[in-house]
Amino acid sequence: MNIVVCVKQVPDTESPRKLKSDDKTLDRGAADGVINELDEYAIEEALQIRDAQGGEVTVLTMGPGKALDSIRKALAMGVDKAVHLIDDALVGSDALQTSYAIQQVLGKTGFDLVILGSESTDARTGVLAAMLAERLGVPQLSQANKVEIDGSAIKIQRQTDYGFDRVEASLPAVVSVVEKINEPRYPSFKGIMAAKKKPVESLSAADADIDAGKVGLANAATEVVDFAEAPPRAQGQIVKDEGDGGTKIAEYLASKKFV
Amino acid sequence: MSEILVLVDHLDGEVKKVTFELLTLARRFGDAAAVWIGPGYEGAKDKLAEYGAAKVYVAADEELTSYVVAPKAEVLAQLAREKSAAAVLVSATAEGKEVAGRLAIKLDTGVLTDVVDVADDFTGEHSIFGGAIVAHAKVKSGMPIIAVRPNAIAVEASQSSPAEEQVSVTLSDAAKSAKIVERVVQEKGERPDLTEAAIVVSGGRGVGGADNFSIIEGLADSLGAAVGASRAATDAGWYPHQFQVGQTGKTVSPQLYIAVGISGAIQHRAGMQTSKTIVAINKDSEAPIFDLVDFGIVGDLFQVAPQLTEEVNKRK
Ligand SMILES: Cc1cc2nc3c(=O)[nH]c(=O)nc-3n(C[C@H](O)[C@H](O)[C@H](O)COP(=O)(O)OP(=O)(O)OC[C@H]3O[C@@H](n4cnc5c(N)ncnc54)[C@H](O)[C@@H]3O)c2cc1C
Ligand SMILES: Cc1cc2nc3c(=O)[nH]c(=O)nc-3n(C[C@H](O)[C@H](O)[C@H](O)COP(=O)(O)OP(=O)(O)OC[C@H]3O[C@@H](n4cnc5c(N)ncnc54)[C@H](O)[C@@H]3O)c2cc1C
Repeated sequence: MNIVVCVKQVPDTESPRKLKSDDKTLDRGAADGVINELDEYAIEEALQIRDAQGGEVTVLTMGPGKALDSIRKALAMGVDKAVHLIDDALVGSDALQTSYAIQQVLGKTGFDLVILGSESTDARTGVLAAMLAERLGVPQLSQANKVEIDGSAIKIQRQTDYGFDRVEASLPAVVSVVEKINEPRYPSFKGIMAAKKKPVESLSAADADIDAGKVGLANAATEVVDFAEAPPRAQGQIVKDEGDGGTKIAEYLASKKFV
Repeated sequence: MSEILVLVDHLDGEVKKVTFELLTLARRFGDAAAVWIGPGYEGAKDKLAEYGAAKVYVAADEELTSYVVAPKAEVLAQLAREKSAAAVLVSATAEGKEVAGRLAIKLDTGVLTDVVDVADDFTGEHSIFGGAIVAHAKVKSGMPIIAVRPNAIAVEASQSSPAEEQVSVTLSDAAKSAKIVERVVQEKGERPDLTEAAIVVSGGRGVGGADNFSIIEGLADSLGAAVGASRAATDAGWYPHQFQVGQTGKTVSPQLYIAVGISGAIQHRAGMQTSKTIVAINKDSEAPIFDLVDFGIVGDLFQVAPQLTEEVNKRK
């Protein structure tokens, strides 16, 4: 089975995240880059499916040179090979454009199964899996907390606010995963060493047949107009419990008309 | 007046509050045109009129809710084109955003997600990076598709008598490729939805076990609140994952958020920082959650929370 995992490198939430004042895009230099957390679950799921069904896992990343660190980590976890879409023309692409670019790369790699995180931690749009499924005309098996594959039949549990839906489809398909689907492995020392020899194919926009006139900040359908730091919250009142802490909160809530 | 399409967010006919927020918002820009998809409309029509829907498009075919997301995008795309809508509003839930994503591809236009307010020219206000930055963004050309965060817009009722129009859509094969074979509804009792609730009471590692979550539920019930949990609590299996608040869980923005036995890690804050009033109970006075609070008690939650529940019940 040909499995492609889409991985985004995002700024570490522990370090300060900023937008750049000139073009209002994410300042990827300001913070450490890490694999978007949910994408580690996507990688883990891909590895488990490969190990059960046979086949190969490719990690696909669109991002700057720095994103190579995330690719290396994915390879160290056990992914077989990588495709890195890297081109200045892609900088500032919005979700519509990113889904187009990834679709074009998938045209090169082919796929039986594409696995994504259900949401990134930086932009958090949560639209990519749906956009890709729409573009590719294949089943959208998103928000999965369980995936089962039997031949070309695929079943998932789709997490919802009320519980979950059982969903059935056939491959090829796009899957996105939520956090509780598995427990991502840590790269072993052996894995880290092996990763160094695994193939990483670097593609420009042209290599992937991406029309440069359709991607990047200038051609984006959306535009950030302005941004500012949110005003800090005023320092609140903090009281040590002297046996009447619950009552004190109740009084506070009453003063604010919550009770 | 031009129409603003509002996708009604409902579960089997039970309309979510965010729908009324979207209708309120839509009325600022033109005729609020509610789009009802799936069964259950008859029981809900009065509610849509109460919040000022000028029109309701009813696509009641059960087939439309038998497949994952795609049919909803096809209904909206058809209506958006036919009616030359000025914009489409959906709720910024996981599913709402997916509908928006597919619709954006169909209409080849931009999508704004997690918007907390919308200005005159459909510029969306976003609260990003866990509330640290407020950004404004817009769709440069084409019909704006805007996913609005629940609880961000104050609802205003405005009685109307909407014209109804039945809509039928012939689904593409692609839209029928992911079949929902069973829907499993897990009991949450009478509590409001986490993302919609005016009050949320969340428990963390300090709660110490699944059974102890009854303390959190008791407090929540006294206030008519939803229950949330930190990741430490959901990871431990004390509370189901769909109730997790934070970066990889739900983003909530209630009037009142009460954090009980939660330290306030940045990933948790990312999901609750924009709550209007924040209260915390924590035995560690150094816990970062206290940087956010309007009112905090340094104390043992097993003492403080039950006392609070009792006090609230007394005052009712
Ligand atoms: C703060 C902020 C707000 C933004 N708001 C919007 C907005 O409202 N509308 C809009 O159109 N764009 C927006 N953008 C741009 C957005 O970051 C890009 O469009 C991005 O390509 C897709 O968004 P996402 O990361 O939210 O994707 P999501 O749909 O949240 O990501 C889901 C999954 O898609 C995969 N994926 C995402 N990006 C890549 C990648 N580069 N390479 C490989 N796999 C990937 C990963 O598996 C990821 O887990 C915003 C950007 C920022 C920084
Ligand atoms: C990529 C990533 C994503 C994440 N996403 C999320 C997310 O979506 N949501 C989330 O919540 N976390 C998330 N986390 C985890 C986050 O970093 C914290 O580990 C988590 O929020 C801690 O949960 P907690 O506050 O319940 O536990 P702890 O940090 O252990 O805090 C427990 C608190 O309870 C207090 N306490 C203990 N006993 C009592 C008592 N008897 N009375 C009163 N107080 C008591 C302690 O003083 C302490 O402050 C994420 C982490 C990562 C790395």
